[in-house]
Amino acid sequence: MSDLTLLGVKAIRDGVAAGDFTAREVAEAFNANVAAASELNAFIVTTPEHALAAADAVDAKRAAGEELGVMAGVPIGMKDLFATRGVQTTAASAILEGFKPEYESTVSQKLWDAGAGMLGKLNLDQFAMGSSNETSHFGNVANPWKANDGSNNVLAPGGSSGGSSAAVAARLAPAATGTDTGGSIRQPAAFTGISGIKPTYGRCSRWGIVAFASSLDQAGPMARSVEDCAVMLGAMAGFDPKDSTSLDAPVPDWAGALNADLRGKKVGIPKEYRMDGTDAEILASWDDGIAWLKDAGAEVVDVSLPHTKYALPAYYIVAPAEASSNLARYDGVRYGLRDLPEGAGLQDMYAATRAAGFGPEVKRRIMLGTYVLSAGFYDAYYTQAMKVRTLIQRDFNDAFGECDVILAPTTPTAAFPLGDKLDDPLAMYLNDVFSVPASLAGLPAMSVPSRLNAKGLPLGLQLVGKAMDEQMVLNAGLAIEQRAGFDAAPGKWW
Amino acid sequence: MSVTREQVAKIASLARIKVDEGDLDHFVPEFNAILGFVEQLSEVDTSSVEPMTAVIEQKLRLRDDVIDADPLTGGGKQAEVLANAPVAEHGFFGVPKVIE
Repeated sequence: MSDLTLLGVKAIRDGVAAGDFTAREVAEAFNANVAAASELNAFIVTTPEHALAAADAVDAKRAAGEELGVMAGVPIGMKDLFATRGVQTTAASAILEGFKPEYESTVSQKLWDAGAGMLGKLNLDQFAMGSSNETSHFGNVANPWKANDGSNNVLAPGGSSGGSSAAVAARLAPAATGTDTGGSIRQPAAFTGISGIKPTYGRCSRWGIVAFASSLDQAGPMARSVEDCAVMLGAMAGFDPKDSTSLDAPVPDWAGALNADLRGKKVGIPKEYRMDGTDAEILASWDDGIAWLKDAGAEVVDVSLPHTKYALPAYYIVAPAEASSNLARYDGVRYGLRDLPEGAGLQDMYAATRAAGFGPEVKRRIMLGTYVLSAGFYDAYYTQAMKVRTLIQRDFNDAFGECDVILAPTTPTAAFPLGDKLDDPLAMYLNDVFSVPASLAGLPAMSVPSRLNAKGLPLGLQLVGKAMDEQMVLNAGLAIEQRAGFDAAPGKWW
Repeated sequence: MSVTREQVAKIASLARIKVDEGDLDHFVPEFNAILGFVEQLSEVDTSSVEPMTAVIEQKLRLRDDVIDADPLTGGGKQAEVLANAPVAEHGFFGVPKVIE
């Protein structure tokens, strides 16, 4: 039998449905790859039995002639930010180590209902705060890609969905869930040569996802093709009364409506993204993208997003402010770690528990958020940031008066070595400069691989669409995918 | 705007995070670098702009006022609610003595 772990979501589903192979064979093949890849540290816990049980259920349904779900027989990785009943859910933190939810997140439940199985819980930046997967309590994730310059450095897989990106790139899973607050699906996808889409804010329920910044957090799929992303997003999205910001709108058949013919469509190129000092290869990849979309029939127009430079500073007020509020729940009382020093009272217990349970980046953001929300500073920081957020959204609305989708790079550089930016939080934050604006505006945005740079590392292109228009984003992504012909894979060293 | 060591210690206290002198040694300069970076927002003219309240416009829903409308989030889940508590006693969360 050919190597089943080379197959993507749709190929596995269709192969299982056709009887070319069983779901159990697929699950066993991926379980074996997962077990052999501990060096990548992509998983915090592995759940081979969950993958096998889901596969057996699909095989039994098929044998009984029952209808199969859109993810039937597809084993996936689950970012460890989604609550999974009875399976440790940590957000890569010490404070939640050992926490076994009594309930299942809406998104993961929908995936299981669609016939998917779980290979394990994927590593991430602690509470999804980071761009390199170096803030995890459970250790760094290694990017399966290495530069061809002989340096042999272990590179960052991106973050915060670094376990997801590494697992999909290394063929440990055909697809994985991610979450994106300021770029946490798109940036790791770009760093590992895979695709990933963050849908419109509210498409995927946030119920059961460990909260970071609630007005920004969105779940989405990460996979090795645009079509696989479309299939999986269809299984993840949908109205959920348990999430007060869930969109009460029908879920379109994105996969069925995929169409790379862009005649009559306009692609906007935002001039403010052509920043000084951007890597020449990133700019060349952007030019390739422009040419590919023209070739697909689109008209390319210049657009302006004048407040782009203010997106990152606004994000670093809004996201920490929301985080400081959301993470107030970790108090050593109801779940998670408790550190009770000898003779300590309640307040000392809170402070000791949170000091022991949160990593440095999480503490930094909680404290920053506490500061910008404190009396006397609230208007100068938080209110001003939310006004700037309105302006950023207005920029996009104006731009979408002139185009149907926006094309830009996903990141300012290719993957960097682990440790490279660890001592300078600000340098790390700048990695999200191209991804944060779409997050602040709640828009659907996707990264697709474009080419390898001179060092043999993948680069990504980003597509940003109008609210609710994931279809246009996916269609343009497909047009790029068909022309980029990106079929490179990392050489196995783990 | 920059913050002093004392201010950072105060913020940590408000955030209920115990910090020691060594933590402050790195938090203070990191804070000031980040605050210096976000300072540029003050140059944006927002005099005629409303702060964003919802990123995607929609009406906030109210659920039906029915007990246990959703059994998962309704009542009668004491054991499940306490299952992950560091200390649970007599059906309650256990905490250190609050009242002397």
